[in-house]
Amino acid sequence: MLKRAHYIALGLSVFLTLVILNLPGRITARMKLGLGSLYVPLFGLANTVQQQGTRLANTVLPRSELIRQREVLERQNQELRLQAMQTEGMVRENERLRRLLGWQPNKPWKLKPAHVVLFEPSNWWRTVQVDVGSRDGIKVNSAVLTTDGLVGRISSVSLTRSQVVLVGDPNCKVAARVDNASRDTGVISGSGPLESGTVELGYLSRTADLKPGQSVWTSGLGGIFPKDILVGKILDARSEDYGMSAVARVKLAADLGALEEVWIIMEP
Amino acid sequence: MNWISTILVATATFLAVFWEAAFQVFRRLLGVQIDLLPALTIYAALCGSLSTVCLVAGLGGLLFDSLSANPLGISVLPLFVAGLATHVWRDLILKQQVFAQTVLGLAASAAVPLMQLLLLLTAGRAPQLGWGTLWQLIVMSLGGAVATPVLFFIFEWLQQMLSHAPVVETSFRPDREIRRGR
Repeated sequence: MLKRAHYIALGLSVFLTLVILNLPGRITARMKLGLGSLYVPLFGLANTVQQQGTRLANTVLPRSELIRQREVLERQNQELRLQAMQTEGMVRENERLRRLLGWQPNKPWKLKPAHVVLFEPSNWWRTVQVDVGSRDGIKVNSAVLTTDGLVGRISSVSLTRSQVVLVGDPNCKVAARVDNASRDTGVISGSGPLESGTVELGYLSRTADLKPGQSVWTSGLGGIFPKDILVGKILDARSEDYGMSAVARVKLAADLGALEEVWIIMEP
Repeated sequence: MNWISTILVATATFLAVFWEAAFQVFRRLLGVQIDLLPALTIYAALCGSLSTVCLVAGLGGLLFDSLSANPLGISVLPLFVAGLATHVWRDLILKQQVFAQTVLGLAASAAVPLMQLLLLLTAGRAPQLGWGTLWQLIVMSLGGAVATPVLFFIFEWLQQMLSHAPVVETSFRPDREIRRGR
């Protein structure tokens, strides 16, 4: 049965929880970052273990496979250089036309690379931690992406680490646009606890022309995510609210379950 | 429980939280990350004192929340309640039995996430919930059930390695010795 010591311990535990939960957000954020920094020495250890695994896998990779991969990469490199040459001409033309119309020129993204060091330990949020922080110029709400597509946004920043809230988390809503004739816009939100690769595009017009395979891009509305970052492709669509609106399931372009390196947009 | 055991439990708590955040094997295979803290709390409750339970719940809960998007401190109370409930009845539990360890691990691993979710919803947060949550809870419970006896075995082994071997009385009795006479 419960003794006096048990009651005291239980009371203290409840009191401590209530006190910490009611502290101002700024103080709890600092406490979280301070406690989390206890793990900084272990980040290197985890990286070393992963690198050793990769190195071990590389040693058993046959030479013929390496030669094949190099040939594929060389071909890809040539294609990308030709595309870049073409794009450069288009960029110049775009800038000239913008000047003629008196529009603001498009600013190129300033990107910062980062490594994913930790994943979310609980099962009901989708976050990761990256190895760059305020000393690298990272700010809250900066967009995070990979070369495949949108990943999320920065939710908190410490000196050496930042937390990224991923697309599909309840705390990361993204204003998005479908690449179709009517350029339908909606809001991206999570689709379910187990579906990490798909999200839902909601608040779409009931007349939206949605087809599987259509690309979904950030619309730039909302002010957090810059325009024209690829989010994913539509899998299927259904009507909601008794046919008043439509919802589409979107397969994310970036593989959020296997994130290793990401890019953070420093200035939109 | 001596101070070596307390240090071992605290170190295991620290490393368990890091393991959950750094290694994603179970999440990739099953879509769920297994929580080792309820299993550690059960070990602390059965083999340690009340202060060890407080240590595991306080340290584990705060470290877990610091690496998670949870509000800080939300995991402390569920872990402590699971630990205290076990600690109070520990004299009636056959703690050396693997079956008892498994059942307690299963119960704690099911109860702790449920209490965490309840507290999150009470605090006005909106965690990602759905039918998949049921699968998550089942896998977490089964994972905790398997992890608990494994942790008991590891701690026992570590204690044997780090502590002095107990002095064992020999079966030799001088009064029963047969002395060869002349």
